[in-house]
Amino acid sequence: MLTKDTTQLAKLAATLRARIIETSSKTGTPHLGSCLSCVDILTALYFSVLRIDTSNPQAPERDRCILSKGHGAMGLFHVLAERGFYPMTDLDSYGEDGGVFAEHPPTPAHLAGIEAATGSLGHGLPLGLGMALASRIQGPSYNVYAVLGDGECNEGSVWEAAMLAAAQKLANVCVIIDFNKWQATGRSREIMALDPLAEKWRAFGWNAVEVDGHNFDELLAALAHFPHANSQPTAIIAHTVKGKGASFMEDNNNWHYRIPSADEVVKAQIELGLAP
Amino acid sequence: MRNAFAEEMTRLAATDKRVVVLSGDIGNKLFDKLKVVDEKRFYNCGIAEANMMGVAAGMAMSGLRPFVYTITPFTTTRCFEQIRVDVCYHHAPVVIVGTGSGLSYSELGPTHHSLEDIAILRTLPGMRVLAPCDASELRQTLHEVLKDDSPTYIRIGKKGEADVHPSLPDLKLGKVLVIRPGTDVALLCAGNMMADTLKAADLLAASGISAEVVSFHTVKPLDADYLQQAAARFKLLVTVEEHSRIGGFGSAVAEWRMAQLLRVAQLGFGTEDVFMHEVGTQAYARKKYGLTADNIAATTLAALRA
Repeated sequence: MLTKDTTQLAKLAATLRARIIETSSKTGTPHLGSCLSCVDILTALYFSVLRIDTSNPQAPERDRCILSKGHGAMGLFHVLAERGFYPMTDLDSYGEDGGVFAEHPPTPAHLAGIEAATGSLGHGLPLGLGMALASRIQGPSYNVYAVLGDGECNEGSVWEAAMLAAAQKLANVCVIIDFNKWQATGRSREIMALDPLAEKWRAFGWNAVEVDGHNFDELLAALAHFPHANSQPTAIIAHTVKGKGASFMEDNNNWHYRIPSADEVVKAQIELGLAP
Repeated sequence: MRNAFAEEMTRLAATDKRVVVLSGDIGNKLFDKLKVVDEKRFYNCGIAEANMMGVAAGMAMSGLRPFVYTITPFTTTRCFEQIRVDVCYHHAPVVIVGTGSGLSYSELGPTHHSLEDIAILRTLPGMRVLAPCDASELRQTLHEVLKDDSPTYIRIGKKGEADVHPSLPDLKLGKVLVIRPGTDVALLCAGNMMADTLKAADLLAASGISAEVVSFHTVKPLDADYLQQAAARFKLLVTVEEHSRIGGFGSAVAEWRMAQLLRVAQLGFGTEDVFMHEVGTQAYARKKYGLTADNIAATTLAALRA
């Protein structure tokens, strides 16, 4: 399904959230809160924006999307399956020894649809810059998207990359920050001086816009303004809620590591309008 | 070696459109000719090596062949995690070039010494580790690394290294170059200690010892065929490197020996497990660590006569 219809996108996101919560429960995969906060961002990208061909995942002209906050992999794996990069049934082996589906994305050689193996934070944007420069050097023309966490913005390499992207006028690079206000052990704006986040990106020479990261109208509108004609790279600061979709998980950082029980899965599914 | 690198990269960039050079804010004017070839294929990535390594990996994953160039500690230990994850985990064909390696920048102090780079980089799966001994070997090496898709680390000196080879050698990665055949002992050198290794062989000759001198320009993968036959021909293998004795070329040879049922002995020359807190030239530093022709010859002679 590819659509600009925000009602359809919201429905799809709810379905994906329910699947992600169920996978976390069944397989004991953590980082559930972090996965749920970026579901709408990934849904907007993969079902409305990215120029990709699931039958030719390495097509040279494809847009590149890197989930730099690699601990959101459980969300990405479901998105890629739904998008058609591999059958949904492949996820039945989630977490099994010898498989590829666990806590972080494997390398592109090991799973269709993956652009970069992430998990160590602060790597996705530099890799994306390299891909964007490659487009400039040798063509063809494509866009590069990197989805970062707010905690990830602690990493110096993010700001090294931000400076180089602006210096090189890499207008074909778009960063989307999943700004869920938490990192592993506390509030992201308290652990490091993160605020004002949009101002920081502007000061580094980027176009920066703030949106509600769970509102598809706002997400699609911001993505439609990229690439910007002013030759600057674009940063979309998406204000999100960690654990979005299940009221008892929302903005509760215990769900960085907690695994839902079977009862909690049902409770979440009911809230998502997907009662079994 | 530095000038040879810039010259050869300019040639390669002219013939191979995949070649891109990334510099960490060094080599002002060194790459001017390269920029004339194609300004879109030279990037000064600033003093931001972690990002530079990731950028190189992203380029390599997109079909380009980036060469990352800066002073050795900054292109190795400074951004080791990017090398490990972005380059090696993705098996991205990035060529990492560390200039001024070993004690080349002795006077600049331990921040600019690199005596651990071989040790840490050869632990990475799929990483090829090269240490050409002179400008000729470096030139050949740069051509050879483009023939496959392996991530590669090349450690080079600074400038003024003696030319060992009178002409371009027939260098094949993973295969040693025997600089001088011998019959009594093998002096195996990785990198910029070759001139002193040859002098040590001269000194040994004066004592009636015929030393074979070998350039191990490829530290990983080691030339096991050569080692196998050397172990059969010699009772003693001597390794020489301007690098810590912990984890370097000598250690790599020792690891090879561990996997064999051979009785060949080994003597290793390299730096000690200490930082150099006093100021000194490269010659001073080498003497401090016993990396001189005199010491190599005398210690080898004593070992052979023991």
